[in-house]
Amino acid sequence: MKVEQISIFIENKSGRLAEITRILGESGVNIRALSLADTSDFGILRLIVNDRETAKRVLKEKGFTVSKTEVVAVEVPDCPGGLAQILQTLDKQAINVEYMYAFVERCGENAVIIFRFDETDKAIQTLLDNGFNVLAGERLYAM
Amino acid sequence: MMFNEEFESLPRPALEALQLKRLQATVARVHASVPFYRQALAKAGIGPTDIKSLADLARLPFTLKQDMRDSYPYGLFATPLDDIVRIHASSGTTGKPTVVGYTRKDIDTWSELMARSFAAAGVHRGDIIHNAYGYGLFTGGLGAHYGAERLGASVIPMSGGNTKKQIMIMKDFGSTVLTCTPSYSLFMAEAAREEGIDFRGLKLQVGIFGAEPWSEAMRGEIEEKLNLCAIDIYGLSEIMGPGVAIECREAKKGLHIWEDHFIPEIIDPESGEVLPEGEKGELVITTITKEGIPLIRYRTRDITSITYEPCACGRTHARIARMTGRSDDMLIVRGVNVFPSQIESILMGIEGVEPHYQLIVERKENLDTLEVQVEVNEGLFSDEIKHLQALAHHIEKEIKDLLGVTCKARLVEPQTIARSEGKAKRVIDNRQLG
Repeated sequence: MKVEQISIFIENKSGRLAEITRILGESGVNIRALSLADTSDFGILRLIVNDRETAKRVLKEKGFTVSKTEVVAVEVPDCPGGLAQILQTLDKQAINVEYMYAFVERCGENAVIIFRFDETDKAIQTLLDNGFNVLAGERLYAM
Repeated sequence: MMFNEEFESLPRPALEALQLKRLQATVARVHASVPFYRQALAKAGIGPTDIKSLADLARLPFTLKQDMRDSYPYGLFATPLDDIVRIHASSGTTGKPTVVGYTRKDIDTWSELMARSFAAAGVHRGDIIHNAYGYGLFTGGLGAHYGAERLGASVIPMSGGNTKKQIMIMKDFGSTVLTCTPSYSLFMAEAAREEGIDFRGLKLQVGIFGAEPWSEAMRGEIEEKLNLCAIDIYGLSEIMGPGVAIECREAKKGLHIWEDHFIPEIIDPESGEVLPEGEKGELVITTITKEGIPLIRYRTRDITSITYEPCACGRTHARIARMTGRSDDMLIVRGVNVFPSQIESILMGIEGVEPHYQLIVERKENLDTLEVQVEVNEGLFSDEIKHLQALAHHIEKEIKDLLGVTCKARLVEPQTIARSEGKAKRVIDNRQLG
């Protein structure tokens, strides 16, 4: 039930993001979701892509520092308080969210949120126990 | 005005006779009491009785900073610790400092030479000396302090930092003399301006600036902004501390080196050959009155030239030119000596950090800044900002703790630091020191 995300280190200087997206585009890698966290000096680009292996390989070849991280994709009911419910459930189990970002499903009814938890396995179990819909990686990559 | 007119204006033949007598005594003493020198002299094939003239100095072996590190902490001491009344140190590779010890007589000599230096700068009894050199292991603060007291001036032991308070005290106490690094003086002037205080309204007459390289252009700026006469002072802990040499107020053309206590030479840093008067090379100093740690032909790595021409002030002691650089890769950042190898060994001690780093030195608003660029590889990388920021802070803290210098650690992408053929360019110094 885990989703593989790739993270890339980028210095905060012009053209780096354009460079990465160009490399991925030329290698036929499609970006499904992304988030960019930044500081004044550097940023971390986090991507969910259709082809992780190719993405990692081509970026490394161009000298980028790339790592893989396991994240969790959860379907969030599209109604007021939908996300709050999920977070409340996790909070009860003392599970922390390191970061999160939204993933918009093209034709779906619900939003999808990508979470990075401090305890991934425990988080997945908690979410399943409470009836939330945790999405499999394969489904996301192929979306 | 001279503090010790008899010795400061000793005719050259008498000065040289005194130097020879003291050199002979020093060589005999280190031969008898420091195993390092006994071996070095044996290797050079020269004994204490072979020093017949000052020209024989050139036959003596050099002493390197590395020799002091290898003897850490007390290996070069020529007296038992019982006779040492003060210990100072400068920063050293991998956190091991260069240790120096002073006997009571050494402190006495140092105080006199600092008092002479103050007098040469035009300072006298009745002056209020605002001493903003750091107190502690660094020799600047206490060296200037003892000299000021010997001169009979009033000294305010400010030490560094706390700029707002420094300005308040200078204004309220009516300080007439300022001692600190040249860059800190400009920083204070800027801070004062922001507080709405004009240095021109203060009573400062003289500033004695050293511990870091500065230029003639910077002197102009300091004199303009602080409304005082800026004097260059030179020293190094290995030899004594501040007050090894100073400009005289009368001429401000070169720094008089106190030749009745130190013998200066200028050598070619490559060949080690002694260069003639006026030629630029590395300054080498032999101490001839020190008891705690006498040093024979210590290679300072500072690049300068020497002149024996008579000076307008009447002092007979030789003058060395303003330092124009180093014959090694040592950086002086805000008065702190930093070798790239020290930063390198600190970085290597941090798990996962690769040996690709670069040091960028700038002068911003008159203060030196040091940026340490470190390439982020997969071992260091994290998808969480907080981990990377913690890494940067860790690097900054280690460098601060071990070297005493504040820096900014900047994480950069792999391959961004140029791999040049041969020796990597580790330092980019953008300060224009002229």
